[in-house]
Amino acid sequence: MDSSNLDINHFNILGGLSVQKQSDSDYVIALAGNPNVGKSTIFNTLTGMKQHTGNWPGKTVENTQGYYKLNRQGYILVDIPGSYSLMARSAEEEVARDFICFGNPDAIIVVCDATSLQRNLNLVLQIIETGKRTVVCVNLLDEANQRKIQLNLDLLEKRLGVPVVGTTARSNQGLDQLMATLAVSLKKPTPESIIEYPEYVQQSIAKLAPLIKPYTGNHLSAEWIAARLLDGDQSFYQSLTDFLGLDLKEQTAIKNTLKEIKNNFRKSGITQLELEDAMAEVFVLKSIEIFQGVVKEPAIPSDKKDRKLDKLFTSKTTGFPIMFLLLLLVFWITISGANVPSAILAKALFGLEDWLANAAITIGVPTILIDMLIHGVFNVVAWVVSVMLPPMAIFFPMFTLLEDFGYLPRVAFNLDRLFKSCDACGKQALTMCMGFGCNAVGVTGSKIIDSPRERLIAIITNNFVPCNGRFPILISIISIFLVGSTVGSLNTFFGALILVTTILFGVGMTFLISKILSMTVLKGVPSSFTLELPPYRKPQVGKVIVRSIIDRTLKVLGRAIIAAAPAGLIIWTLNNLQMGNTTLLNSITSLFDPFGKALGMDGAIIIGFILGLPANEIAMPIIIMIYSAQRGLIELEGAALGQLLIQNGWTWVTAISTLLFTLMHWPCATTLLTIRKETQSSKWTIISFLVPTLAGIIITFLFNSVVSLFF
Amino acid sequence: MTEIIPLSDLMPGSKAIITGLCAEGGMRRRLQDLGFVEGSEVDCVNISPLGDPTAYRISSTIIALRREDADTIKVKITPS
Repeated sequence: MDSSNLDINHFNILGGLSVQKQSDSDYVIALAGNPNVGKSTIFNTLTGMKQHTGNWPGKTVENTQGYYKLNRQGYILVDIPGSYSLMARSAEEEVARDFICFGNPDAIIVVCDATSLQRNLNLVLQIIETGKRTVVCVNLLDEANQRKIQLNLDLLEKRLGVPVVGTTARSNQGLDQLMATLAVSLKKPTPESIIEYPEYVQQSIAKLAPLIKPYTGNHLSAEWIAARLLDGDQSFYQSLTDFLGLDLKEQTAIKNTLKEIKNNFRKSGITQLELEDAMAEVFVLKSIEIFQGVVKEPAIPSDKKDRKLDKLFTSKTTGFPIMFLLLLLVFWITISGANVPSAILAKALFGLEDWLANAAITIGVPTILIDMLIHGVFNVVAWVVSVMLPPMAIFFPMFTLLEDFGYLPRVAFNLDRLFKSCDACGKQALTMCMGFGCNAVGVTGSKIIDSPRERLIAIITNNFVPCNGRFPILISIISIFLVGSTVGSLNTFFGALILVTTILFGVGMTFLISKILSMTVLKGVPSSFTLELPPYRKPQVGKVIVRSIIDRTLKVLGRAIIAAAPAGLIIWTLNNLQMGNTTLLNSITSLFDPFGKALGMDGAIIIGFILGLPANEIAMPIIIMIYSAQRGLIELEGAALGQLLIQNGWTWVTAISTLLFTLMHWPCATTLLTIRKETQSSKWTIISFLVPTLAGIIITFLFNSVVSLFF
Repeated sequence: MTEIIPLSDLMPGSKAIITGLCAEGGMRRRLQDLGFVEGSEVDCVNISPLGDPTAYRISSTIIALRREDADTIKVKITPS
């Protein structure tokens, strides 16, 4: 076979995404690196995009691409998930590895943390070994400076044999030079690996490489592939097979040579384990060798401040109280801050509705259309916006500040013991935190969990964390029924306290259900895992607020509106179709009444949750609409809303039952679709639907049975 | 000569040198990738409120390991 004929189209490009080039001459550049080294910041600054960054491993779980132009040359930058090694352990690391190795990027920028360069060099050396064009970006120079770490980047460049550029991405320093260096390096030959395996390994690679070359052409380094055939990473081999479209180890010449090599090893008394150790250690030892002389660190570790903060956030005495207080603080600020803007927004939007309706009448739009589109669709959308926007605009920035600061991995560190006792993974705490914002995000984020079994547990139980769409229901029920409707700081404080208790109950259910899953359908023992506790970083308050509002709030809101608009149409139709002397909506409601009553609620509440499938935030408005029998959702505030509910038979038992059912029922449509996408399985999607639903039914039923014994 | 103990027995505040690794499969390689190789210095930084996992400093980074995983790393305490 003549390898010079091998065109790239001959291979199956992997990497889980199709790169969208604007022109054929565009270069595709992968941004790789360890987790939490500032890849996303570099990506955002260069491409002007608003990819959210977070100070914890696993932030970038999906590939994101953006465009950069320099001297008329276009570059597609691909921000890939952080990884410690090309020996992938989690699904997200596999995504990163597949893109670097088999996604056919023209070059790879490996971003490193200047404060932990030695560890970062391991990945740099692995990527250089692949034979792809590599530019090393040593980021976070400002932090290194603060810690009095001195770096000699010229020496590093000399030792690595690839260009090295120092940057401080947060303040946009060095990024122009990074791209200029990249442009130059694209015209130069690909780098040579500087890794020297032990002699016996080198000899084996030399035997295998010429046999591999005909299958890889110039697209993959044959020496690098030969080394991988020896160290035997199964997941890597699978991707290689997919990329080549053939099983390399089954090709006669390679098969025989491999056999011969293994035989020789056996004769010389070299076990596979010794071989693999030697091939892993050579990277670490080379990293140490390069590191020495390049980096001068102060004699005493320079992370005193971080360790002090860790003592505060993770010690036996203060770890849990601080976690509780932070949760309480976040919700207290959210509740007390959201009240007024919510009311103002509602007033404005419903005023707009009347104005729109009047204007439509004036220009002669048919009444049925006005009813349907303005009092139907617009009305529901107005509800969703006024109920959701203010709490989200307060909650997300606060949450993002905690995230950027680096607090979330500490939560995982504190809670891991509990997850372990449920045979689950501590990183599930991180996916739960994502769930507060949006359960669909929590489900996608579960890719950070190494073990597929533990990842499924995290996916199925994510719904026990109330998302931002459910907070408004919880908050309004709590403020109307459980703390009185007057707005005072003491009341909002109690409101936040009850909300946090509800959330903690959800967390407790997460543990319980995780344990039950581990004992039944997802049997297994907790797997090994490593959790990095990154340095604390001062959040960039201004950027965080802007970014979390643009990036998260508007995105989530947009999705809610897309779901709410058609729901508005359905609700309007059901409420306007007469069946005998009642509406279709009312007759369906009475159908569900017995079921609702058994769970301490009623038919209207159940219908609210069912029609709230597209977006939870419309559940409460639907319930109110059924009660008030008005043709369209109406705006009721505080006391008036409370009265309406009481007139319809609500008691504190109804309130608590609804609270519990809000916390535990089916995931919303977006989340279900995401679960389907992530698990690639209808079975697990159905289980994810059933588990929280059954939990909700059982818990509310038990609650009502117990209550009826006493009252 | 100091005796060899599992890393999980290292108390917060003390330092040690890694003498060997017993972890298997993917976890062995991951630990190696993070710098847990023979001859590297590691120190115990702090223990989680519930007693497990424990945070260690390795290659200037902080990595938390569960007791079972720290058990597989053998170390020799360096006198302070």
